[in-house]
Amino acid sequence: MRYVLTIYENEKLWEALSKEEADQVMGEYFTFTDGIRKSGNYLGGEALQPVATATTVRIRDGKRLTTDGPFAETKEQLGGFYLIEAENIDQAIAIASRIPTARTGCVEVRPVMEVMSDQG
Amino acid sequence: MSTPASLLERTYREDHGRIVATVIRVLGGDFGAAEEVVQEAFADALVQWPREGAPREPRAWLIRAARNKAVDRVRRGVRLGARVDALEVVARIEQELAPPPDGSEWEGFPDDTLRLLFTCCHPALAPEAQVALALRTLCGLTTEEVAHAFLVPPATMAQRLVRAQRKIRDAGIPYIVPEPDALGERTRGVLHTVYLVFSEGYAATDGPELLRVELCAEALRLGRLARSLLPRHAEVASLLALMLLHHSRRRARVAADGGLVLLDRQDRALWDREAIREGLAELDAALALGGRGPYTLQAAIAALHAQAARPEDTDWAQIAVLYERLCELSPGPVVELNRAAAVAMARGPEHGLALVDDLETSGRLTDYHLLPAARAELLRRMGRVKEAVASYRRALALVKTAPERRFLEERLAELLGGANT
Repeated sequence: MRYVLTIYENEKLWEALSKEEADQVMGEYFTFTDGIRKSGNYLGGEALQPVATATTVRIRDGKRLTTDGPFAETKEQLGGFYLIEAENIDQAIAIASRIPTARTGCVEVRPVMEVMSDQG
Repeated sequence: MSTPASLLERTYREDHGRIVATVIRVLGGDFGAAEEVVQEAFADALVQWPREGAPREPRAWLIRAARNKAVDRVRRGVRLGARVDALEVVARIEQELAPPPDGSEWEGFPDDTLRLLFTCCHPALAPEAQVALALRTLCGLTTEEVAHAFLVPPATMAQRLVRAQRKIRDAGIPYIVPEPDALGERTRGVLHTVYLVFSEGYAATDGPELLRVELCAEALRLGRLARSLLPRHAEVASLLALMLLHHSRRRARVAADGGLVLLDRQDRALWDREAIREGLAELDAALALGGRGPYTLQAAIAALHAQAARPEDTDWAQIAVLYERLCELSPGPVVELNRAAAVAMARGPEHGLALVDDLETSGRLTDYHLLPAARAELLRRMGRVKEAVASYRRALALVKTAPERRFLEERLAELLGGANT
């Protein structure tokens, strides 16, 4: 099964880190990503720019509304994601719990909706 | 001689979990379909047994019926091109749900029951969904019964169950016994769920009744099941011991008017000796398995109470020590409050009051009625009546269940009556 692991953290925590601390976390991310590449679980993933760079788009009554900022103000912000292949939710949870931000923020595990080509 | 109806009821209670556990596996983890198949088998029995007389081998009859329903179901769902799979499933069903030969017990597949237990208690499911699933599948309660036990409308409960089954399917919750490296953590999850069922029955958080004995009985069934499936886990034995020892006081704990009777005022002749004996034996087993965890400590505390012939024989010093260790192991305001009460009994109310003060200043139990209730009790024993009255009033403002309210009102009335003379 495929799962998306979305990573949430209060951006202020990240901004408050010293360069050494930030480098250390980045290093942990490289090691983690490398690990799930080698194990064959990695399908994709990206880190995102801070929410200050976000733009939200809506179409209402055929008109486009563009607003500055994320769709909702939340205490923790989406900072990145992975798309993984896992045998089941147990394996997906085990992988999610190795993401460095799991210790300081949280990781949401969501199965991908598979389009059924054959109902059998 | 039992009637067909009572025989069916007994078989249902004893075998529903085991049969459904195997049907879920042979149907590829489909909880909803498995449950319907087993329901249909029992529904047939409900019609046929009273009419034609109960079968000589009720268990074999039901398994055969469940098997036929499962096979029917798979065959009905067969589409061109998917035949091979369906035939495979049918073969598996026919082989694995073979009725036992006449006269022999159907043992079922203990591994399937264990799979079902772990899947129901999967941490990706909400606690209330875990509890509902376990009662529905393993204990074979109807949705209406589960709804009644948790005081929610049947439609709400049905929806909760459907949502849980859907999450199992769509989120990929596997129908397996966890790997050894996850087994400890997952077993703690199972114990927590069983304990939730028990505590909801033993100290109902809401509603007119203080004790819901049926719910406690279901928790005991789940506890015994876990015990038989995980015989080497000390904490499993400890939880069973803990539940048995608490359950042994059920008749003494509720007064004729439905009110709460505290331990020191209970008629100990009403305690269930058989439950105590079994509870103590399970605690011994847990200790022999090296049990030192939170459930073992709580069971040991319950055992010390159970072994005191009169309240004044209680070994409070040892209970205080056990609570201290419990506070280290699983710290929490409620445990600390219990520790304060034990310390008060062992060393005097002023020592207990000091601990209650600490708890109060920590601000972690601000809306929990037992904190002012405990404070009131200690102040009463120290003769500080005015302060005790104020604390009882604060407890009354926070209490939720009717029997506990009555209990506090009685205590307050006693105090006011005494103060007036």
